[in-house]
Amino acid sequence: MAEVKTAPAIQEKEPLFGKKEKKLITDPLTDNNPITIQVLGICSALAVTSLVLPSVVISVAVVFVCAFSSLFTSLLRTRIPKSIRMIVQLVIIATLVTIVEMVLKYFSYPVYRQLTIYIGLIITNCIVMGRLEAFAMANKPWRSFLDGIGNGLGYGLILVGIALIRELFGKGSLFAGSAAEMKIIGASPDYIINTMAEGSWFGWYSNNNLMVLPVAAMFIIGIFIWIQRSRNPDLVDIS
Amino acid sequence: MESTNYVVGFTLAMTVIVALTLSSLFYGTKDQVAQNADVFNKRAILSAISAKLDKPVSDFSDQDVLSLFEEKVEQKVLSMDGEELDGIMAEKVDMAKEAKKPEEDRQLPLFIYNGGGEKVYIVSVRGSGLWDAIWGNVALQSDFTTVVGASFDHAGETPGLGAEIKDNPAFAKQFGGKKIYNDGEYVSVGVIKGGAKNLAYEVDGLSGATVTADGVDEMLFRGIKYYEPYFGKAKG
Repeated sequence: MAEVKTAPAIQEKEPLFGKKEKKLITDPLTDNNPITIQVLGICSALAVTSLVLPSVVISVAVVFVCAFSSLFTSLLRTRIPKSIRMIVQLVIIATLVTIVEMVLKYFSYPVYRQLTIYIGLIITNCIVMGRLEAFAMANKPWRSFLDGIGNGLGYGLILVGIALIRELFGKGSLFAGSAAEMKIIGASPDYIINTMAEGSWFGWYSNNNLMVLPVAAMFIIGIFIWIQRSRNPDLVDIS
Repeated sequence: MESTNYVVGFTLAMTVIVALTLSSLFYGTKDQVAQNADVFNKRAILSAISAKLDKPVSDFSDQDVLSLFEEKVEQKVLSMDGEELDGIMAEKVDMAKEAKKPEEDRQLPLFIYNGGGEKVYIVSVRGSGLWDAIWGNVALQSDFTTVVGASFDHAGETPGLGAEIKDNPAFAKQFGGKKIYNDGEYVSVGVIKGGAKNLAYEVDGLSGATVTADGVDEMLFRGIKYYEPYFGKAKG
């Protein structure tokens, strides 16, 4: 990936939040998005995105894990023995994910129970390890930390985007399971029972069950990729 | 390449640091987590009788849940013959462990809600979903035939699909008012793919989660039946 080659060799005074640092955050949101451009982390993007709330929680967890695993890996990068470097990265990631799990259990047990296995699956999310290998092993801690945040956010942006579409058209609701739960289209609180809601503006809408299934996420990611590349043809052959 | 000693030393140091961090975090949070789990399970039991409570279970604070349980819920443990066992609380029965025992040795938890008026009997059931275990609580009126309500939970069903048995209140809501006996014959409450036909004894399945819904169907049929000897004795 491009960043590895441009790793700064010349010692210059680095500002805490200069142009380059800003780019580390904004690039993964757009032109170097981990899902649509690097095509990492697809598996979880298909699995967890049927509802918005779990997607948001997973995204926050990935931002945390990505940022801090990058930070620790970068701090240790000159000391990590090359022969076991991937094992070390994995231990760092797994430790952080376990911490996320404990924190959720402590502060928000119902959310933990809603996500259960998906928290553990962050360990296998290719974005995290991909960024450690491609960036944190070759860059200074602060920049690696920002790169981690940027990539976590880029992942979350797509994840929540997919979830918004899937939940809205698949269940007729948004943020189901949260305090701010909204019933938008379909408008019936009994949204599994596909009856048309009476007296609703959107009473004609019947929930699209395809959207509930993981294939829908595949289509939506495809459409995102298509839109992004048709707006910026430079990206077409990048990955 | 680094020397072998360095690699071994690094690994050991890393393992020790990680182990210490995680174990101290675990012990630091253990009590609170145990209480959270306790409240979570009791909330699930209460949501099976939400029709009998004066406000939604989600409006109860953790403390409310615990004190309501303390004051108004009687706990019994039954043998498979319907005999009451002494010296054990229903909340201490680990359904996962019971499910591994031979059927005749199992212990059955029974919660009796006594909030004025008729008593409500809450039975616990356990079965398998698509990925992992599922379980639930079914509240019955004192005729042991009419369902007051039900609540379900799972270990690892997919959010938005199988997990809807817990997350979608509309699913559990369907169980209120169903009957588990048809003219004295035990029928349980069927979970029917494609929609309930016999509304007295059946509820709608979940689209996109057929295996989980079938698991609920099987779990209810088998699990409520375990309590039949007790129902017979309690009715006299």
